[in-house]
Amino acid sequence: MANIEGYGMRIISEDQRPPSLPWGRSTIMRLLVLMRPFWRGMILAIVLGALTILSSIGLMATSAWLISKSALRPSIADLGLSVVLVRFWGISRGVFRYLERLVAHDTTFRILARLRVIFYSALEPLAPARLSEHHSGDLLAGVIADVDTLQDVYLRVIAPPAAALVVGWITVILYAAFDPFLGLIVLSGLILIGVGLPLITYSMGLRPGKARIEVRAQLQATLVDGIQGMAESHLYGFTHLQDQKLDTYSQSLARSERAMGRIDGLQSALTVLIVNGTALAVLAAAINRVEGITLAALTLACTAAFEAVTPLGAAAAHLGGALDAARHLFTTVEAAPAVIESPTPVPLPQDHSVRFERVTFAYRPTEAPVLKRFNLDVPAGDKVAILGQSGAGKSTLTHLLARFWEVTEGQISLGGIDIRALGLTDLRQQIGVMSQQAHLFNTSLYENIRIGLEGAADDQVSQAADQAGLHDLIRHLPEGGDTLVGERGARLSGGERQRVALARVLLKNAPIWVLDEPTAHLDAQTERSLFETILQKLSGRTLILLTHRRIMLDRMDRVYWLQEGQLQAFEG
Amino acid sequence: MNQEAQKVRGLYALHLLLSAGGALAIVAQAMWISRVINAVFLGRQTLIAVGTDLLLAVVTVGVRAGLAWGTSLSAAAITIPVKTGLRARLMAHLTRLGPAYTSEARSGELVLTATEGIDALDAYFRDYLPGVVTALFVPLIILIGVFPVDLLSFVILVITAPLIPLMMILIGKSAGALARRQYQEMGRLGAHFLDVMQGLTTLKLFNRSRRQIEVIGRITHEFREATLGVLRVAFLSAFMLEMLATLSVAIVAVEIGLRLISGRMSFEGALFVLIVAPEFYAPLRLLGAKFHAGTEGAAAAERIFEILDTPLPQRSVGKSSIPADRTLRLEAVSFHYPQSSHATLTGIDLIIRQGERVALVGESGGGKSTLAALLLRFITPTQGQITLGGISLQEIALDQWRAQIGWVSQHPYLFHATVRENLLIGRPDASESALQEAVRAAGAESFIAQLPQGLDTPCGERGLRLSGGQVQRIAAARAFLRDAPFLILDEVTANLDPLNEHLIEETLRRLLRGRTTLIIAHRLNTLVDVDRICVLGGGRIVEQGSHRELIALNGEYRRLWDAYHI
Repeated sequence: MANIEGYGMRIISEDQRPPSLPWGRSTIMRLLVLMRPFWRGMILAIVLGALTILSSIGLMATSAWLISKSALRPSIADLGLSVVLVRFWGISRGVFRYLERLVAHDTTFRILARLRVIFYSALEPLAPARLSEHHSGDLLAGVIADVDTLQDVYLRVIAPPAAALVVGWITVILYAAFDPFLGLIVLSGLILIGVGLPLITYSMGLRPGKARIEVRAQLQATLVDGIQGMAESHLYGFTHLQDQKLDTYSQSLARSERAMGRIDGLQSALTVLIVNGTALAVLAAAINRVEGITLAALTLACTAAFEAVTPLGAAAAHLGGALDAARHLFTTVEAAPAVIESPTPVPLPQDHSVRFERVTFAYRPTEAPVLKRFNLDVPAGDKVAILGQSGAGKSTLTHLLARFWEVTEGQISLGGIDIRALGLTDLRQQIGVMSQQAHLFNTSLYENIRIGLEGAADDQVSQAADQAGLHDLIRHLPEGGDTLVGERGARLSGGERQRVALARVLLKNAPIWVLDEPTAHLDAQTERSLFETILQKLSGRTLILLTHRRIMLDRMDRVYWLQEGQLQAFEG
Repeated sequence: MNQEAQKVRGLYALHLLLSAGGALAIVAQAMWISRVINAVFLGRQTLIAVGTDLLLAVVTVGVRAGLAWGTSLSAAAITIPVKTGLRARLMAHLTRLGPAYTSEARSGELVLTATEGIDALDAYFRDYLPGVVTALFVPLIILIGVFPVDLLSFVILVITAPLIPLMMILIGKSAGALARRQYQEMGRLGAHFLDVMQGLTTLKLFNRSRRQIEVIGRITHEFREATLGVLRVAFLSAFMLEMLATLSVAIVAVEIGLRLISGRMSFEGALFVLIVAPEFYAPLRLLGAKFHAGTEGAAAAERIFEILDTPLPQRSVGKSSIPADRTLRLEAVSFHYPQSSHATLTGIDLIIRQGERVALVGESGGGKSTLAALLLRFITPTQGQITLGGISLQEIALDQWRAQIGWVSQHPYLFHATVRENLLIGRPDASESALQEAVRAAGAESFIAQLPQGLDTPCGERGLRLSGGQVQRIAAARAFLRDAPFLILDEVTANLDPLNEHLIEETLRRLLRGRTTLIIAHRLNTLVDVDRICVLGGGRIVEQGSHRELIALNGEYRRLWDAYHI
């Protein structure tokens, strides 16, 4: 997995436009439109699925007919065709099932790829402003879970009813050809199992199902409390209370699981009743209506036909979840991007000064502004430190300068040009941001640094790593710089993760550097040496340092204190 | 796992009985149906004449439905107590293992085991084990039904039946491994997408985000191609199972058909065999489908029992009460974590007198927090002993000793409860005015007032997310409310910015007043007003003295101080 391909280091032409999302009224239609390119595979899988079930029906029907015919003692030659048919159905079912699974999975993967690409492309312009955790909960986690839910919407929700419709109608028509009343009986049985039963169990399960979700969440919270709050519960001596709480929730979960179990039981009982009841009804009705030789075939084939409708209950159960997921995703991606790129961007200025003029900004209109008529002037090549407590709006400055959010009032300019007039890619090319929230990808250490500069040579990458003070770490890692860093860089310490983020900026070597707490989590000596490296590498570039540590301030050209949305001169 | 299954043995017996009853009903139903068809087809009987048999068939179906209900209920009845019991046992064992075991490092995995791991047992106990029971007994009863009717069909069934589980095991082993790798790949693919989504802001900062559109699509397609190759083999197992079952039915049908022609068999018997043959294979095929759930549940159970088998630390049975002399003495205390290759603390000698404020400093990993855990009695010294007023700490009743301690840690935990309930943990019987006073003393008054429901705002994952500084102040308020004579402050300000650090330091200064205190610190500016500083290095105390003395000593402490303050 240490390849760079996975993280998009390959250059592609810019004009490759991502597919766009379908617009329309109903969620289900929009979903179907999303999957339209794969209709061939979908239809093929449905046909194969139907053929699988039809093979079972055929096997039972021809077998029953074969023995009925044999009972009349014909010559063996008269049975030739039915013997061949029985063997054919006996083999074909397995073959059809095998092919169906292959085609269905292939189609599912294709759908998944498209879903990911489409939703990623739709979400990309929204990040981070419209996806951030800022007051909106864990939107991102929701999006990912939703895409996961939708990936098997075809396999679980679309294919079963489609195959059921095909098989159901063929069966009903065949029975009706013998006698219309028989067709009617089979049709009622199929509808009862395919539609009636799911409706009954769904409405019965609504309340206990909800109760179970509720109680599970409470139980989960209790378990988390019990494990993660273990030290506190021991110290304050209330582990027995935790036990009691666990017991209470465990019991009520057991109760709601029992209630759900009763519904499951009812469902299996009703299934047995309806499937076999229909077969008996067919038999009773057929006695006076058809020739005796077909009785056995009609009775036995009937039971086999129900295989088509029994999965419909599960499909219906998945449908609700899938529609919720789709609706949620569609609403999310319909949000207007926070920032709209100018259609006619101005070329980048040569001057690397940064200027905030009377900038007022609130994350939401209803909230108090984080910045109030904020002014900051950083001439090209200056080194400016902005101190402030957490929550004072230091990170907001980064967000606005990188144009992740738009200023509410005032303007930010780069070399005298309003950043709104610049192309977004151009603007972000100019600034190297090291933020507290830098994400480490689950790839190698070097690949994580390479994010900083597209197509950077290996020695550039390892040089940046050295400068960021990662050489010791790399020497000790089992595979050096090619070692995987784990999810979100879990195998690295907080300080090491920060240094990776710093190495990216060193590698990017943009004309303007914005460093947000570059040395938090580091011990004092490392902090100093890292600062020396930064200042040395900076060589005349513009620096905005956001920090709460009052260290190295004497090396800055100016130091400000950010408070209540405005800058004040800092007095040590 | 079998031990758990033993406890619900009665229910398994009932389940078995109901399944067997269901199989009998299948046989009976097939009998009535073949009799009716035989009578009408060959006997030229009317509907009225076969009415009784038809009615009996209907009754049998009713009984079958009832038995199916019972089978399903008994399967649920087996699972629920097993899950409830194991969950309780697991948590009780973890509680006894204590905070030293459930440390932050592995708490995530433990939470997963306690939640998803227990849920995975559902599939095992509800589907897999009963499935095994059904797959063993239902075919057996059908065989017994077929034996008197037709010996040759009986032989065919007997020969083919064991082939199904045999094939399942044979193919299951190789295909199962393939399928597992498949699921892992799938998981990795999902993780890649998640990773990219989470890193979207970072990618945007470096102008990389749009490239990912193509990458995501390409990776999924590459994955699809690789996967289908694997699936072609993995699906073979299902193919063989289907094939065996349907082909056997076809063979039986042709074989009985041929014997019917030669008059060596009755039509009624032949029809009976044909009806029960698919039912004979059905449970075996179902078991194949549940096999995966079974292995998953088994893996989860393995982890749960591994935890349950972790030996418990020896429990102190101390009964003494707190002595009047509150001098704490650590005498040659060493501690060695079982999984570690070397001792974390070696030969620590330390006296903390009543009312004294002692600071522990030193590099991270030096054993500072282990020392705190020893005093909190989350762990017991491997060698040496800790005494309070000359009595070994182990001999003092645990709850009494812990009631003496106020503790503010680096990552205080807030329970899924209201802010008020989280505070009252410190002293459940505290009055409202005492609570308000503690909140004020901790400097938490203003931010709590701004919470949507004030003190009654819920905390935790499902409630409000508080900042690190706010959580620290709630923890400090807890300690104020507890008002205990001993205080342990473990890296309280490590994650705070200067203003918050400054605020909490003022709070802590108030909290220290009149209490015996151990401060574990990693920033040194907080330490000037403590009575004594111990520098911990490599598991030993390397320097000890007042700030002034240690600066003059020009050793390790001086080195740390200089690095911090220049």
